[in-house]
Amino acid sequence: MTAPLTSLDRPNSYIGRSVPRPNAKRLLAGRGRYVTDLRLPRMLHAAFLRSPHAHARIAGIDVEAARALAGVHLVATGADLARICTPWTGTLDHFKGMISEPQLPLPLDRVVWAGQAVVAVVAESRAIAEDALELIAVDYEELPAVVDLDAARAPDAPLVNPAASSNICFRAQLDSGGVDHAFAAAAHVIEEEFSFGRHTPVTLEPRAMVADYEPDSGMLTVHHATQTPYQFQDLYSRHYGIPEARVRVIAPDIGGSFGMKLHVYHEDMAVVGLSILLGRPVKYVADRIESFVSDIHARDHQVKARMAVDAQGKILAMDVHDATAIGAFSTYPRTSVVEGNQVIRLIGAPYDFKSYRATLEVVFQNKVQTSQYRAVGHPIACAVTERMVDLAAARVGVDPLAMRAGNVIPDDAYPTASPTGYRFEALSHEVCLRRLREIMSYDGLRAEQSELRQRGIYRGIGIATFVEITNPSPAFYGVGGARISSQDGATISLTPSGEVRCAISVTEQGQGTEAIVGQIVADQLGVAQEHVRVLTGDTEVTPHGGATWACRGAGIGGEAALQTARRLKANILEVAGLILQEQPGALDIVDGQVVSVANGQVRLPVAEIARIAYFRSDTLPPGTQAQLTVSHHFAPQGYPFAFTNGVQGCYLEVDIDTGFVKLLKHYVVEDCGRIINPMLVDEQLRGGVVQGLGAALFEECRYGETGQLLNGSLADYLVPMAMEMPDIIIDHVETPTADTILGAKGCGEAGTAAASACVLNAVNDALTPFGASVNAIPITPARVLKSLDRY
Amino acid sequence: MSSAPTELDESDEAVRVRMVVNGRKVACDVAPRVTLVDCLRGQLELTGTHVGCEMGACGACLVQLDGRAVHACLMFAVQADGARIDTIEGLSESGVIADLQAEFHRRNALQCGFCTPGMLINAHELLSQVSRPSREAIRDALSGNFCRCTGYEAIVDAIAAVAEARAAAAQGRGDSSR
Repeated sequence: MTAPLTSLDRPNSYIGRSVPRPNAKRLLAGRGRYVTDLRLPRMLHAAFLRSPHAHARIAGIDVEAARALAGVHLVATGADLARICTPWTGTLDHFKGMISEPQLPLPLDRVVWAGQAVVAVVAESRAIAEDALELIAVDYEELPAVVDLDAARAPDAPLVNPAASSNICFRAQLDSGGVDHAFAAAAHVIEEEFSFGRHTPVTLEPRAMVADYEPDSGMLTVHHATQTPYQFQDLYSRHYGIPEARVRVIAPDIGGSFGMKLHVYHEDMAVVGLSILLGRPVKYVADRIESFVSDIHARDHQVKARMAVDAQGKILAMDVHDATAIGAFSTYPRTSVVEGNQVIRLIGAPYDFKSYRATLEVVFQNKVQTSQYRAVGHPIACAVTERMVDLAAARVGVDPLAMRAGNVIPDDAYPTASPTGYRFEALSHEVCLRRLREIMSYDGLRAEQSELRQRGIYRGIGIATFVEITNPSPAFYGVGGARISSQDGATISLTPSGEVRCAISVTEQGQGTEAIVGQIVADQLGVAQEHVRVLTGDTEVTPHGGATWACRGAGIGGEAALQTARRLKANILEVAGLILQEQPGALDIVDGQVVSVANGQVRLPVAEIARIAYFRSDTLPPGTQAQLTVSHHFAPQGYPFAFTNGVQGCYLEVDIDTGFVKLLKHYVVEDCGRIINPMLVDEQLRGGVVQGLGAALFEECRYGETGQLLNGSLADYLVPMAMEMPDIIIDHVETPTADTILGAKGCGEAGTAAASACVLNAVNDALTPFGASVNAIPITPARVLKSLDRY
Repeated sequence: MSSAPTELDESDEAVRVRMVVNGRKVACDVAPRVTLVDCLRGQLELTGTHVGCEMGACGACLVQLDGRAVHACLMFAVQADGARIDTIEGLSESGVIADLQAEFHRRNALQCGFCTPGMLINAHELLSQVSRPSREAIRDALSGNFCRCTGYEAIVDAIAAVAEARAAAAQGRGDSSR
């Protein structure tokens, strides 16, 4: 049911056009309004005392001195908040058998990671609150800490949760059958072990919120730097017993999120409770040091993989084991097992083979919780798969690009499914690989690489094919009992002066949600984009919806906008038909004017219809009720997910004396279906690639033996900076999904999904002459030198 | 525990700081421990200057002090006594970075916008010292400005384009004056 969309030659044809974001200008002038900037009358400031121990019993807390400090309004412990907030548990029903301890804003008697918030102070300023923290004495009795993944899995390991029988949170197995047979019959069997470090999102604006409980009306307003205001409206309502209609969550400008700001954090729940206890607005902004020990971390996987290949290089089977450590709790409400679940289900996904077996083990440890961060699971699945493909290609003696061309699911084989059960509507691996060969000048790069090797310069070329999960249906969270919506809603009005106002449930963190929604609405209604105002991020203003995560904004939110705009257009033309004595079907809207379809003749400005409908309804035929506001929701149906695909290439140079890796150029060919704004898609890809490159080379949360984070500051935790990053060349293939009229799929995570896999392959390619091999991410200079026996 | 203090500490006693901020004389009463960035954002309500790391690593807090880019998180407000401070708000209103802002907008060289004021101040500093920096030099100059969203390329492109345009305009003026 793909309807033909407007051609770019027509006026108001915005779908497919690179237009700048209307909301970006005020950010450029320093006029953003972030939660960090917010100041309300009578507002107080919260600060938290944090545990210095990774695991300890709380024997006593003395807060008297802190309470007595001038300027302090409240000192609250776990028991104080437990009286008003019900506990939460980070499990979902569709992850059979998973366990996690109930959580509270602040702990009652035990701390489970170094950095966990223990006591809250609310004072007239953040500085006074921090002064008061120094006056609090907590008596801890240290308990054995479970720090690394192997230790957590050991049979005699100390327990992170003493009430459980082991440190296992969740286990899952997949088996398509035939795996042992395929391995027995294979000409080649490739085996490798991988490790992926913990890293953390490091949004430039830290977590920030202002909770404002007004006791007389019982109304809670939370200004919250989050992607998902409706999810938090529901959670604050249920855990604090406030009717949903009296909870308002406002997400204004947000300084980056990448999945990090959609999880429940203990401090954030506490701040809501503190405001309820005080009846005053309370602000909390995590400082950078707090961010490192309390924002979610991600990855931290150890994977063992085997691949069976026939003599011609055809992949026959894969067998993998993924172990991942998630901290002391499973994160609420989306859990901490989704990443591992996606790792085992996405491995091998681009390739045409039938026999697959995987085991997932998710374990607890005494570190901060991990959870969904940009590209959830994809970078690990992609790196494992693509490295195995390269190792197999080398074993068989086939060029890596040719190996992929010979093994990807052919473009004419769709619809089909992966061995793990993911259903693919239509992907374009073959054409993407051909395009990549062209934009990389692959053969030329190989010749250059070979020539430079003669001169002692070691360059590497890495390729990584990928699929990405986008547009998730309720199969993602809803089926597991989570109150996380997979639908979105829009309310579009024609205002009395003929402008258009669209309030929509998808949210903006800088990716351009408001811009593309404006493009779609203007395009579908037939008005100039500057006459469309888009509102997001306020539960009191926009309809309920899933908001922005898992690459669903354009595909689901965009479709909601499209369908709503079409309904409003029909209503406008119905009124126009009555005024003009015409059949509505004979009329259209172009550039804000009602025109005749037959000859394009201008009949009436849309603004005139609005004027008549709102102010002179007496001139319309009796019984006419003009409906110039339309609310409409769209929930994805058909395929449970809209998969996208693509391939990335990387060209880099390894300094074999220092172990430093210099990224020279990066290439992406990507297919996210219908492209609404090519410039914004390219920028999503570039930003995503760079996050993946940071993971590949720099980022790792390093812990000491006692569970202390050793590099928790921006001076110690390395993030990708401009100097180390390459230019990124991008090309597109467009295979729209037929599940929607718009045909758009997501693009926000594709860059991150494959970038680190590309770098891993390229570094190993550069090291080929030395017979050296790297199998751990991040690929630090020390790891490169170790592989060369030079460290 | 020793006896609890019940009065505000002496360290909180305010000191008067006089500055010229965005071209206007201001006087702020600040505690000695208040950083310049907290003074700008709090008392002066200039929230365009951001706080990202509070240790001079991310560049979100860059402002101009007597014409040079400095980290407002790394100095106390009292240290700025007598100085001329220009923030993103002032530079926007005076129009001196209008071409940079327009080019950033045209190329979408920003996403969440949190790093953007610091980026612009650093770009302005670079172009005031080097008229036509290479891409490599631009990347080098930005190596103290963390952006998690864009991947940097569009920012480099925007600065390079403005450098070219400014150089061409200067050339034009030079030719006509001869």
